[in-house]
Amino acid sequence: MNILQQLRLGFRSLMLHKLRSALAVLGILIGVTAVIWLVAMGEGVSWQAQQQIKDLGATSIIVRSIKPAEGSSRDAGGRFGIAYGLLREDYDRIVANVPTVSRAVPMREISREVRHGERFIDAQLIGCTPDYFTMNRLAIARGRPLSDYDMQGYANVAVLAHKAAQILYPIEDPLGRTVQVGQEFYRVVGIAAERNAAAAIGGSLDARQYDRDVYVPLSTFRARIGDRVFTMRAGSTQLETVELSQITAVVDEMDQVDSSAAVIKGLLDRYHKTVDYAVVVPKELLEQAETMRAMFNVLLVLIAGISLLVGGIGIMNIMLATVTERTREIGIRRALGATRSEIVQQFLWETVVLSGTGGLLGVAFGFLCGPTVAALRRGIETLLPEVWAALPPNMKNLEPRLAPWSVIAAFGISVGVGIIFGIYPARRAAAMDPIEALRHE
Amino acid sequence: MSDPSAPPIVARVENATKVYRLGGHDVRALDGVSIDFHQGDFVAIMGSSGSGKSTLLNLLGCLDRPTTGRYILAGQDVASMDDETLSRLRGRYLGFIFQSYNLIQQLSVVENIEVPLSYQRPPLPGGRERCLKLAALVGLAGRLDHRPTELSGGQQQRVAIARALVNNPHVILADEPTGNLDTATSHEIMDLLDALNHAGRTIVMVTHEDDIAARARRVIRLRDGRIDTVAENRPRLAHTRVPAAT
Ligand SMILES: Nc1ncnc2c1ncn2[C@@H]1O[C@H](COP(=O)(O)OP(=O)(O)OP(=O)(O)O)[C@@H](O)[C@H]1O
Ligand SMILES: [Mg+2]
Repeated sequence: MNILQQLRLGFRSLMLHKLRSALAVLGILIGVTAVIWLVAMGEGVSWQAQQQIKDLGATSIIVRSIKPAEGSSRDAGGRFGIAYGLLREDYDRIVANVPTVSRAVPMREISREVRHGERFIDAQLIGCTPDYFTMNRLAIARGRPLSDYDMQGYANVAVLAHKAAQILYPIEDPLGRTVQVGQEFYRVVGIAAERNAAAAIGGSLDARQYDRDVYVPLSTFRARIGDRVFTMRAGSTQLETVELSQITAVVDEMDQVDSSAAVIKGLLDRYHKTVDYAVVVPKELLEQAETMRAMFNVLLVLIAGISLLVGGIGIMNIMLATVTERTREIGIRRALGATRSEIVQQFLWETVVLSGTGGLLGVAFGFLCGPTVAALRRGIETLLPEVWAALPPNMKNLEPRLAPWSVIAAFGISVGVGIIFGIYPARRAAAMDPIEALRHE
Repeated sequence: MSDPSAPPIVARVENATKVYRLGGHDVRALDGVSIDFHQGDFVAIMGSSGSGKSTLLNLLGCLDRPTTGRYILAGQDVASMDDETLSRLRGRYLGFIFQSYNLIQQLSVVENIEVPLSYQRPPLPGGRERCLKLAALVGLAGRLDHRPTELSGGQQQRVAIARALVNNPHVILADEPTGNLDTATSHEIMDLLDALNHAGRTIVMVTHEDDIAARARRVIRLRDGRIDTVAENRPRLAHTRVPAAT
């Protein structure tokens, strides 16, 4: 008999007891659907968590300028003071040579006094590109962020951080007014929304205070302030030449961080004789993400295992009953020439039909996961608005993510479980003495 | 054996015993039985209940092996064969007809007839057509798609006969084929078996009924596991006739 005939025979034998077979199929169906749904939910939660970790900067590689030890800098104590750190060329090299880096954001910062009339603040003056705002999730409360147009035009414009704006303009509206940095004046075009300081994460990322920042276009920074700046350190002023304070290279996936960081390091090493920069990866964040992923995987495999085990035991139960009930048929077939292994095959095909049908239906219902969750959400939102309002945002936004592996695994394992749990009843059928089997009533 | 004009022997039992060990003591269901079955023979086995009829038929049907002695089918000694070889032998050389028809409930008439074909190694050619021809031969051409439960006892037994023929067996074995049927239907079934025998089929049948046994060519009576008498109603077919291809 070919496979099609075997399946047909299996199907018809199962139709002898429609309800019983349907219940067995239901058992597997629920198992498979449960696996697909739970894995999809788990993946959704896991994805949310990963996304949150990404938002913290897990995919950002930070390259910083570091002042090297005395006397070993590029141009120690020359006419231009100490020259060290990242170059604009480094930025171009990273962009051109590291394909995994989807975005690189250069930045230059110094401490400066920023004034408005009598008022002043010790601010971080940050020369940056418009990307800097999105990358650090700095929302603009009023006005606008810096634009490419500002960059191209070397515009004398500034965006004030929340606190800076409050101190410099306690009463008036700062928008359209000017702030003074040294001898230069900048028109205020935007005010950043309040932003909690980013906590230090492990040893790799320092805490970052955003509240006293004053942002100006990087091009303007270079034109007005330049690379050469005096800094006050331990009571003495020093002249330093630094082109860029920091380059943040963002990759798409967390598993690209380490390799990309290594590539960047290798690239910079070739052009920097002294170690005047550091490449920092968000190690703790990556580890945290990895731990979480591992935890979710264990959980999901556990769920899948239990669901399918239960379905499998259901199948075994049904098949044992079937074998006892069809003892006579087994005797007949043996008399008519069936070998033991042919009997085993016949009953295994029957279990394959059972578990395969359950598996296929389970997969079909599995695909309904997304629409069902969406419908459920809409239902709660319209029918029970108070309940909806009380739900935590993570739950409101939870999108089940159908994992292809779970569909394949659930179907494959359901058929596999069917076969494993079908082997014992099938062997029992085949082991029967044909004479006894024929006598069976 | 001594008669050189006799048709070839298709099955031979040599001094076979079958001993069942029950509790402490032995039950000798067969106790030294020797008998030859020639091609074209039609043998009825009779005897009181417990005399060993079914045991002998199971032996002939390769469903069981003798405790001692030999059983030779198609030139091979069955006593030493393993389960798989026995199964293949049954499928290839034997046809079975049972008292309670033993059709498979979930299959239609034609599919029941087809069952032995699925166990042929190598497969026999012309499967489905053979089944249709045989269904017509037993008078069920119009009922091919019916289920066994939709048929009368006589009709079910006809299906069983067609099924017993589908593999073109050397010997047809029937254990009380008319035991569940009324007299008129019994004789219809016997007419059918008669016709098959005339076409050259070898048939061995167990029966309790004298009028059924009377339609066989030879009647073997068993008593306590031994052959008591062998009576000849009619001579067996005079010449070797190869069974028709149906
Ligand atoms: N599996 C078995 N185990 C033990 N004893 C058995 C077994 N099968 C048959 N016997 C015994 O062997 C003897 C012959 O049994 P068998 O079934 O061949 O009789 P029978 O002639 O077919 O009787 P009936 O006309 O009632 O069918 C009986 O005494 C029976 O009890
Ligand atoms: Mg009997």
